[in-house]
Amino acid sequence: MDLLRFITAGSVDDGKSTLIGRLLYDTDSIKVDQLETIQRQSKNKQEGEIDLALFTDGLRAEREQGITIDVAYKYFSTDKRKFIIADAPGHIQYTRNMVTGASNSDLIIILIDARQGVVEQTRRHSIIASLLQIPHVVVTINKMDMVDYSEAAYNSIVDEYSRMAQTLNMKDIRFIPVSALNGDNIVNSSPNTPWYTGQTLLDLLETIDVVRDLDFSESRFPVQYVIRPQSDDLHDYRGYAGKVLSGSYKKGDKIIVLPDHIESEIEAVEVHGIEVEEAFAPQSAVLRLKDDIDINRGDVIVTGSSAPIVSQEIEATLCWMDNKPLTAGGKYLLQVQSRRVRCIVKQINFKLDVNTLEKQEGIEKASLNDVVHVTIKTASPIVYDTYTSLRANGGAILIDETANTTVAGLMLS
Amino acid sequence: MPQHKLDYLDLLEAESIHIMREVAGQFERPALLFSGGKDSITLVQLALKAFKPGKIPFPLVHIDTGHNFPEALEYRDRIAAETGAKLIVRKVEDTIKAKGLKEPAGKFASRNALQSYTLLDTIEEFGFDACIGGARRDEEKARAKERIFSVRDEFGQWDPKKQRPELWNLYNGKIAKGENVRVFPISNWVELDVWNYIKREGIELPSIYFTHEREVIIHGEHLVALSPFIRIDEDDVIVKKNVRYRTVGDMTCTAAVESSASSIDDIISEINRTNISERGETRIDDQVSEAAMEDRKKNGYF
Repeated sequence: MDLLRFITAGSVDDGKSTLIGRLLYDTDSIKVDQLETIQRQSKNKQEGEIDLALFTDGLRAEREQGITIDVAYKYFSTDKRKFIIADAPGHIQYTRNMVTGASNSDLIIILIDARQGVVEQTRRHSIIASLLQIPHVVVTINKMDMVDYSEAAYNSIVDEYSRMAQTLNMKDIRFIPVSALNGDNIVNSSPNTPWYTGQTLLDLLETIDVVRDLDFSESRFPVQYVIRPQSDDLHDYRGYAGKVLSGSYKKGDKIIVLPDHIESEIEAVEVHGIEVEEAFAPQSAVLRLKDDIDINRGDVIVTGSSAPIVSQEIEATLCWMDNKPLTAGGKYLLQVQSRRVRCIVKQINFKLDVNTLEKQEGIEKASLNDVVHVTIKTASPIVYDTYTSLRANGGAILIDETANTTVAGLMLS
Repeated sequence: MPQHKLDYLDLLEAESIHIMREVAGQFERPALLFSGGKDSITLVQLALKAFKPGKIPFPLVHIDTGHNFPEALEYRDRIAAETGAKLIVRKVEDTIKAKGLKEPAGKFASRNALQSYTLLDTIEEFGFDACIGGARRDEEKARAKERIFSVRDEFGQWDPKKQRPELWNLYNGKIAKGENVRVFPISNWVELDVWNYIKREGIELPSIYFTHEREVIIHGEHLVALSPFIRIDEDDVIVKKNVRYRTVGDMTCTAAVESSASSIDDIISEINRTNISERGETRIDDQVSEAAMEDRKKNGYF
């Protein structure tokens, strides 16, 4: 069985919560007691009818205010896959939450109201999906029941979206006509859309190819922790614990430790204390090297022909996530995998309008939810790949040095 | 040529081990909160794997309410000895005496909320900067929104509005003195994942997870074990039943389920068939209000 992580983008008005509720309900993932709670809350509904949207509502603080303040994670599984849903609110002020939820997703479901077509929010969600390089985009055209399941209405939205998507960097886009409320093409093929011969949403989620970073020319292993038991029987043991971000590692592989560029060879690969022939992405593993060299947390062990970038001067697109604005000259901590270094944001090059993709230059500060392009100088070199070439090693965060909060998510370039 | 395919349990395990190692790498004095329940037992197994062939580089901490199942305590001591990890036990009873706390009254008076005081005192006593816990996001809706690295202020409070964004697999454990991070490595596991993992790994569990005969009080839809910690009223209906525990918490607030499941396979097929959620079926303390967990977390609960 496999695992797929996806994010749903859209507002309550698009029927996003109903869609998630429908997926959970139709796959028998909602238990009776949870259903009873929802029924109690569905006061305004007619007898026997439940508001599937209520299943995704979380905290009392949110219910009271009728909003979603944060990313909520939901789980369900079928015989084929386990699914992790990042349910992020879609309103304009929550770009930060959507970026957060999108960062780990293999797939995004973008909801379009069939009556509305492509609106500003659709563009925003699509731009964020492309910035975060989510491998698969599934555009669900919802509320088909409200447009009499019209094929023409569906086709015109598909055309409209496809035209818009041409300006974005998206690799795989699929379209499905659905009604989350009535369950059309969610789990079961709908008799109401005989003209649609494609997969249902669940079928697609169950079968779509999950991209794992197995590019063997780009093997990346950031060291998280050095295991040194120093016991009598393991006196000289020194193992480097980390996660294979991409590619694979085998005994005898020639490796380079970055950023210091020390060469060595792999003596043994261990997964959970057992020596194995090979460790590959995304396994957690331990590497032992032939030479006794000084390697610490934050160093990256790489192999292969294509080396990552080692630099102190970096450009990145970032989403600002803090109430206190970012200004040029601001000092922060930059964390890329297990490496954390001090840095200064030297310059804000431009701001990206996430609704239009327009670049606005001459910007002096970035506020909460702004997406900007910056130039950063770090106190010591960092080891990374460009986000577009290797997502697993191209993401970073900025940490406020005094408040300790995470203030930005960065796509390195 | 080996196949580069991982099962979903391998993927979950790899993520959890990555988180364990981030804790060891980012913090100076972490601890693993161990209750003797299946989730924290799974955590211990993951911690063992994360640092092999070394030992777990942090202690196991048990906040003992005094209302535990004896089977869970026996198991706790044994696993601590087997893993070679240091075991720290602090008792809620002692906190009640030292601080003059008021014991909750009522039929199933639970020390669950008082646990938070003892936990905070223990954190202070040992200067723990991170506490690893076995909470899962599928358990409850307040949990569904909590980060994997969940920063608590010096009063242990969780503020859902001030959570740090958590992107990719990058965890920010930077804190000020006095603050503390609760870390939940199995956030993305659901109940069945834990059981399937226990089965795959051949992990031994306390006997109360399997069917046994026990005297219980029928309390609404729940079966509560007879114990010295609950008040028995005249009109209570006490029966002998074959039961097991789906979760293991305090004897006062964890309900048993009627079951004849005597193996992990039986349990898995039972959970597959059941139409009631884990907490709904077994936790008496969450029934009080729909926001019960949210409130407890804001007050320092893990």
